[in-house]
Amino acid sequence: MSWISAAGLTFILLSSGLLLAMSLLPRKSLPTFRDILAFTHLRRAIGLSVEDGTRLHLSLGRIDLLSPRSASALAALSLLRLIAEETAVSDRPPVATAGDSTLAILTQDTLRSAYQAASAEAQYEPASGRLTGLTPFSYVAGALFIPRDENISTNVFIGNFGVEVALLTEAAERENCLTLAATDNLPAQAILYATAQDPLIGEELYAAGAYIGFGWAHNASLQIQDILRWSIIILILGGAALKLVGLL
Amino acid sequence: MKGLFTTAIAIATGLVVLLGYFVHLPLLVNLRARFVQWTIILAGVAVLVGIYNLLSVHFGKIQRKQKNSIYSLFLIFALLLTLATGLVFGPDHTTTRLLFNSVVIPVETTLMALLAITLIYASIRLLRRRSDLMAIIFLISAMLVLLGTAPLPFGEIPLLGDWIRPWIIHVPAVAGGRGILLGVVLGTLTTGLRILFGADRPYGGK
Repeated sequence: MSWISAAGLTFILLSSGLLLAMSLLPRKSLPTFRDILAFTHLRRAIGLSVEDGTRLHLSLGRIDLLSPRSASALAALSLLRLIAEETAVSDRPPVATAGDSTLAILTQDTLRSAYQAASAEAQYEPASGRLTGLTPFSYVAGALFIPRDENISTNVFIGNFGVEVALLTEAAERENCLTLAATDNLPAQAILYATAQDPLIGEELYAAGAYIGFGWAHNASLQIQDILRWSIIILILGGAALKLVGLL
Repeated sequence: MKGLFTTAIAIATGLVVLLGYFVHLPLLVNLRARFVQWTIILAGVAVLVGIYNLLSVHFGKIQRKQKNSIYSLFLIFALLLTLATGLVFGPDHTTTRLLFNSVVIPVETTLMALLAITLIYASIRLLRRRSDLMAIIFLISAMLVLLGTAPLPFGEIPLLGDWIRPWIIHVPAVAGGRGILLGVVLGTLTTGLRILFGADRPYGGK
């Protein structure tokens, strides 16, 4: 095993140990996180959509699940599950769109599981989880009319998108919908900052589960992200200091 | 019981693939390669299921005579026509290429042009939506990079093209981009671990 592989494996084992320890150790109180306005708005929008009989549209992007960057789509699936469970009492289930067929199948499966968990199997509609297109623009073109035609009050764009996501946020804006957006793609991140009402930056995409209340594992993983981030910051600053004094 | 079984299979498969990346034992490496091959085959089948999903959603719209269902009819017609052309002539035939070159590419280029207009409009509205310091810095940086890149009728603005623009691109933009990517990597790691431990199960189950 090369030293890079050994370092990588050690890093993963360390993170796994931390996740297990922080999840399983008994705690007196729940961890507190800084306020992120987008999640406060989302919680309110979920409640309002149930009350006024409107739908939520969750767009999961078009990442191939075989690619190494598929975690954004998996985080989006967690959020979809939570939204579906919370809106299970509504007669207008959320709509989820994907630009990859594997992801579209997983959205259907996630919706079905959420309704089963909420004992509302009758609410499940297979057409709520949709593939709208397989290329960037065909995906956008397929999802473009959903805010207008399906009585949508909130659009959540979370996953891997390209710059074409601006067409989706613009369509949502025209219908006066709330738009919450997060992506792991840098050019799309800049676009979403300019076009979405509530943009999430960088790793905030992966914090949705902890903020919306998905449970212990999400809280623990968010705390681990913080610990690892500070470790990296210290390493970078330490490396820069050593370089400055000529020891590196 | 079924949920436990699928979770156990998913965790075991995930562990084998993960270990196969780091520990180069022939058994692990071969198993990892075999699992990845199976996944590629399943992803191929998933495309067919996805197309069925697309067709059923649009057939449903037509049946319910939903608003704008004429577009669904057009989509189904175009999908079947393209599929038939591809099956009869093959993907490299002139007819199939003609379909792509004269329909798909012009339509996507049109959407790209619309996107350019949408972005200009969005940047104008940005300050109306968020008039904080970050929004102002964002707009000024975008404007400086644009002015430093675009060919201007009166020639280059002094300092902008050869000093300010390269500095913005190579220092703050790269630093910010790397910061975001580090955050994304950490998020990816913890999301992967949650799935590996079965805390998140995107493959279904309660």
